[in-house]
Amino acid sequence: MKRGFGLKSYALLYLLFLYAPILILPLFAFNAGTVVSFPLKGFTTQWFGEMWADQNLRQALGRSLIIAFSTATISTILGIFAARASVRYRFPGKGPVFGLILLPMVLPDIVVAMALLVVLLSLGVTLSIGTIIMGHVLLCMPFAVAILTSAFQSLDKSLEEAALDLGETPWSTFRLIILPLVMPGIIASFLICFTISIDEFVVANFLGSGKPVLSVYIFGQFRFPAKVPAMLALGTILVAFSVCLLAIAEYFRRRGIAKTGGKDSGGFL
Amino acid sequence: MAQSSSSEAKAGWLLVSPPAIYAVLLLAAPLATVLVYSVLTGEKGAVSLPFTLENYQELFTKPIYRVLMGRSLMISFLVTLATVLLAYPIAYYVSFYVKPSKKALWLFLITIPFWTSYIIRVSLWRTILGYDGIVDSVVMGLGLSDTQLNILSNGVASIIITLAHAYAPFAVLPIFVSLEKVDRSLLEAGQDLGESRWMTFLRVTLPLSLPGVIAAVLIVFIPTVGDYVTPELIGGGKTPMIANLMETQMLKQRDQAMGSAIAVAAMTIVAVISLIFVLLNRRFLGARK
Repeated sequence: MKRGFGLKSYALLYLLFLYAPILILPLFAFNAGTVVSFPLKGFTTQWFGEMWADQNLRQALGRSLIIAFSTATISTILGIFAARASVRYRFPGKGPVFGLILLPMVLPDIVVAMALLVVLLSLGVTLSIGTIIMGHVLLCMPFAVAILTSAFQSLDKSLEEAALDLGETPWSTFRLIILPLVMPGIIASFLICFTISIDEFVVANFLGSGKPVLSVYIFGQFRFPAKVPAMLALGTILVAFSVCLLAIAEYFRRRGIAKTGGKDSGGFL
Repeated sequence: MAQSSSSEAKAGWLLVSPPAIYAVLLLAAPLATVLVYSVLTGEKGAVSLPFTLENYQELFTKPIYRVLMGRSLMISFLVTLATVLLAYPIAYYVSFYVKPSKKALWLFLITIPFWTSYIIRVSLWRTILGYDGIVDSVVMGLGLSDTQLNILSNGVASIIITLAHAYAPFAVLPIFVSLEKVDRSLLEAGQDLGESRWMTFLRVTLPLSLPGVIAAVLIVFIPTVGDYVTPELIGGGKTPMIANLMETQMLKQRDQAMGSAIAVAAMTIVAVISLIFVLLNRRFLGARK
């Protein structure tokens, strides 16, 4: 027990390190001073008002929401195909195919963004929301595949066989038996992809047109010190929103594991 | 059986084809294009024949490329070292000391910060590390120093701290997974045979968890070499890394051939280093068996 105590103190310090930026974020979002530094000047909600009045910000948010929604939908659908193939079938060339699909997880974002930009420009494609979605799906798909693979893995194969033996077609078996059981994994994957897409900057910056999405807009605003407090107010809302989405995703992921009678082996990734 | 396995292969390929086609068209083909572009002549948003090695020649002769590549590798190396060393005890604690019912909660807590806006997190590190920031307030408040440390003025140091923070969960998770796989009866056996806890850790647990450590090293090292946002926001663009150079070439100079050559060279160097690292470890692991 004594030995565990030292490790536990270290673990708590480590969590403090991980949470440091998130903990001080609200401090400055409600701080009356215009300069983001100590000591704090007093309480204000002025920055939230300023942020709310910003028309450009709202438009950027609108674009980001469209992109995130489309990205999450497409990535999760493609992820279902890949996860099902990965868990259920063995075929030649499986390793390389999944290596390619999962590659963006380790490839620096800038390389993915650059490669896509080169091809799109050479094909004469106009940069738009659509091109950002293309890039984001590439980045989100590995996460969708990872989450959905674990959802499909915890599925009992005999349920499927029973349905087939009882005269269901493969498609109706999938729709009536498999889909409901992996639904929590699908929801978790959707929410994770949504969160990644909303936050993503490099691809959105490279493949976007002149109209910025949320992350690009925030990045630009940090150049002007006077705009920083309003961005921190926005950040506070975004963090609260992400944490809620993640908590929901985690809830569904765990419920999915409990539903299929599996053992919880850990978090995402 | 042979027939069923060939029909299984067909069904598998059919199922995997939508995501596979997507990845081939939007990832493999573009990467191949970058490879071709890197040996063409680039000028103001266009590339032209004939094939040439001029871009690479420029890469190897102009000092700016060597300096930035060297800096990127050094930063990534230090970030990887810091991240993995800091992450191991946490992964060990969660795997060996946390009750099984609480493990998922701990992992969830460790991953949450990673899912919050990276740009906002980076800019907050400026507030923590900068002049009159939190670190300086605490250090001066405790009387440890009379002057402002202003870590932010040291571009490389603040980039390393910020990146080590950003990649923490990527290092914790693979190490945790490999520690979970360690057969607990081996540890008991080690101690029954008279090894101390520390020796059991060094001779049993650590070697068995090496695959996770190797995965953690790669998953942190490779993307950080190409990091672009952190040097831009933290160093105020004064401490650029190789990715900032790629961005300048691609978006500002609009020299796609040169930008491609930098990307190919950087990724080749990273791939070679990673490969050597994996092979060294494989040899080490093999020799122990």
